[in-house]
Amino acid sequence: MYEFKYHRPATVRQAANLLLKNEDAKLIAGGHTLLPVMKQRLASPPHLVDLSHIDGLGGIEIKGRSLVIGATAKHAEVATSAIVGEALPALAELASLIGDPAVRHKGTIGGSLANNDPTADYPAAVMALGATIVTNKRRLKPEEFFQGLFTTALEPDEIITKVMFPIAKKAAYIKFRNQASRYALVGVFVAKRPSDVRFAVTGAGADGVFRVTAFEEALSKRFNSKALDGIHVHAEGLNSDLHGSAEYRAHLIGVLAKRAVDAANGKA
Amino acid sequence: MAKISLIVNGNPVTANVDPRTLLVQFLRENLRLTGTHVGCDTSQCGACVVHLDGKAVKSCTTLAVMADGHEVRTIEGLAADGAPLHPMQEAFRENHGLQCGFCTPGMIMTAVDLVHRKGHDLGDHTIREELEGNLCRCTGYQNIVLSIAAGAKAMANSDLA
Ligand SMILES: Cc1cc2nc3c(=O)[nH]c(=O)nc-3n(C[C@H](O)[C@H](O)[C@H](O)COP(=O)(O)OP(=O)(O)OC[C@H]3O[C@@H](n4cnc5c(N)ncnc54)[C@H](O)[C@@H]3O)c2cc1C
Ligand code: FES
Ligand code: FES
Repeated sequence: MYEFKYHRPATVRQAANLLLKNEDAKLIAGGHTLLPVMKQRLASPPHLVDLSHIDGLGGIEIKGRSLVIGATAKHAEVATSAIVGEALPALAELASLIGDPAVRHKGTIGGSLANNDPTADYPAAVMALGATIVTNKRRLKPEEFFQGLFTTALEPDEIITKVMFPIAKKAAYIKFRNQASRYALVGVFVAKRPSDVRFAVTGAGADGVFRVTAFEEALSKRFNSKALDGIHVHAEGLNSDLHGSAEYRAHLIGVLAKRAVDAANGKA
Repeated sequence: MAKISLIVNGNPVTANVDPRTLLVQFLRENLRLTGTHVGCDTSQCGACVVHLDGKAVKSCTTLAVMADGHEVRTIEGLAADGAPLHPMQEAFRENHGLQCGFCTPGMIMTAVDLVHRKGHDLGDHTIREELEGNLCRCTGYQNIVLSIAAGAKAMANSDLA
């Protein structure tokens, strides 16, 4: 790891100023993506701005019809929060499947979203639930926020402060883990919202998280796994690597989609 | 350099560190607490697990500066020198839960955290799921799982947490 200067701001505004003043400065939250990358010298930020001492940045609360999760909320906190368990149990379940217990004690939702790893779990929930990503500058819809592999709409001095998840009527996340890394080989999130159904896939897309509109249309008419009979996802545009071919991933999406709908209907 | 103050195994510690110092390096090299091991240095193996404010974390993926103002507990902090072992340590000894012992400090710190979170009656499946982040190259896990189940029960009747 190369040398860097370490900063510990007490407010989001201070953190943003540090990012503006110091070229190539990077935020650090849980450090469970950034530190491994820095050890490999794939990143060498001259300044690290630690978010973990900013009060109130990791809260979890219900506001109106939304579940609001602060950027520095850790995966373990989301997984065990009574508020999340009540409002969106599928999201608590998703958080409980990330990495291992020690990873969940440090990794944060803000860090996961900012990183936009194509095999990360949270992007599927944010996309399917139609969550709003709130930064120190603006509010972003998932379709604007996620911009392809490891790429987001975030500007260099922009900080995610919270994520607002509209509460769905029914939802479920089903993850098929890569046996070695335990990241998602394919993960699917289905959400039956008051006015529509959204379905998002992580792990499979060559460009990161994406929606499957054919599934959404069929499920909007009838929210039952049988509604998906005969509808297939094309392998085109999906990842192919030593863990699985694009065709295998396309097949998995269909299988997991049915399981997800059954789970959302309480039939798992 | 950055000045850090933290509690390690109940004792206050103050030091000046290069900000890129990992918590595991600080424990091993500055404090000479070499019970915490580095197996992979890539966040996978869990040999480096310690408790930060009571929660299991990988100290190879935590900066020492991030522990400033916090409390750290290592394998050396489970039982006092010369005193009887912590029940989880004793269970590993009784159940042949180690061969070379390299992974053992991380296994035990993970197991103690697991008991704190999920209680004393732990099923086989739960223990195996919870060991996701700990790799052992010797034992085949069978006796580690037995050790943790036994240690969890023994912790219910012990003063050592
Ligand atoms: C062994 C292991 C297994 C894992 N398994 C999984 C898994 O199964 N599924 C999964 O989804 N993830 C997995 N992860 C990744 C884990 O969830 C990370 O913790 C997470 O992706 C990054 O969160 P962090 O808080 O650690 O971010 P950091 O590493 O601190 O930061 C990551 C990036 O986000 C930026 N950043 C951080 N916070 C903010 C913010 N509030 N606003 C803007 N930018 C910000 C940083 O500058 C950096 O570029 C795993 C990690 C490890 C080490
Ligand atoms: S040395 Fe930390 S996880 Fe392997
Ligand atoms: S006992 Fe040798 S690595 Fe586990």
